[in-house]
Amino acid sequence: MRFGVLQFPGSCDDLDALAAARRVGDAQLLWHRERDLRGADAIVVPGGFSYGDYLRAGAIARFSPAMESVIAFAAEGGLVLGICNGFQVLCEARLLPGALLGNANLRFTFRQVELEVVQGETAFTGACDAGARLSIPAKHAWGRYYAPAQALAAMEQAGQVLLRYAPGENFNGSVNDIAGVRNEAGNVFGLMPHPEHAVEELIGGSTDGLKIFESMRLAVEGARA
Amino acid sequence: MLIRPKSGILDPQGVAVERALPALGFAGVSAVHVGRLVELDVEDPQQLQPMCEKLLANPLVEDYEVQLLDDGA
Repeated sequence: MRFGVLQFPGSCDDLDALAAARRVGDAQLLWHRERDLRGADAIVVPGGFSYGDYLRAGAIARFSPAMESVIAFAAEGGLVLGICNGFQVLCEARLLPGALLGNANLRFTFRQVELEVVQGETAFTGACDAGARLSIPAKHAWGRYYAPAQALAAMEQAGQVLLRYAPGENFNGSVNDIAGVRNEAGNVFGLMPHPEHAVEELIGGSTDGLKIFESMRLAVEGARA
Repeated sequence: MLIRPKSGILDPQGVAVERALPALGFAGVSAVHVGRLVELDVEDPQQLQPMCEKLLANPLVEDYEVQLLDDGA
C-alpha cells in the first residue's frame, strides 16, 4: 500500500501527513509540478496554505499539474483524501460537492474537536464503527462547509456525510454540522480536522486520526484481495 | 469584475462591518456585504465570463458582475 502526499508551495502539514501514512504503509511526497503520481494507490492532499490561499483557499492549487493527474486518478476510482486546505482544493476542483467559507466566528481557530462517525462502512471510515467518536484537532479560518439546500439534501440522502461535529463542537458554523464528506462514487473524501495530527499518544493524546489512514489501507488491500 | 457573496449565505465580514459602523456614529446601515474587485486589461472581453466561472469567482457561493470600463479602441 503506497500513499502519495502532494506538496504545494505553502503546504505545511505535508510532512505530518507523510509520517501518518507511513504508520500504515509506504508513502512518498509528490511535488505539485509533477504529473507522475509514481504508482500511488491513494493520494493525500494535505493541509496548509497552498499558493498563499490567494483569491480563495484552494482556488489556484486546483490547476497545478499534480492536481490534473489527481483528477484523472479519481475519475478511475483511485482513493483521494483531502485534509483542511486539501479539502478546500478538492471542492474547488469539483471532486467534492460544496464549498468552504470563512468561519462564522471570523477567527482562525485551533482546538481539539470531537467528531461523530456517521457512516462506518466506507473506504475512509471502515476502521471505525458508525456512531463512534473521534478526537482530532482542527485549525483553520476557512472551514465553514456550505452546500446549497437541494444538493445538501441529496448528499444526506446518499450517505455522503461521513463525519459530523459532535453537539457543541461546530465552531466554524458548517451547515448540518458537517466535518467531512465524500463524493457520490465514494472514492474521494475531504474533512477540515486533521487526522494526521492525531497519530501519537505522546503528542496530542489521541491516535484516532490513524483510523482514517488505516481505513484507506484496508480499502486498497481489500480491493486487491 | 465585482464578486460578492451570494445573498442568503452568511457573510460574517459583512456582519462585522455592519456592527462596527454604528460604533463610529453611522446610523441606519443594513445589508452590508463585503466582496472583492478584480481589475484587469484584456484583449478579448468575451473571456471575462469564463474567467469568472473558472477561477475568479466560485459560482456556488458567489455572484459576479462584469463591468467594461473602455471598449479598448
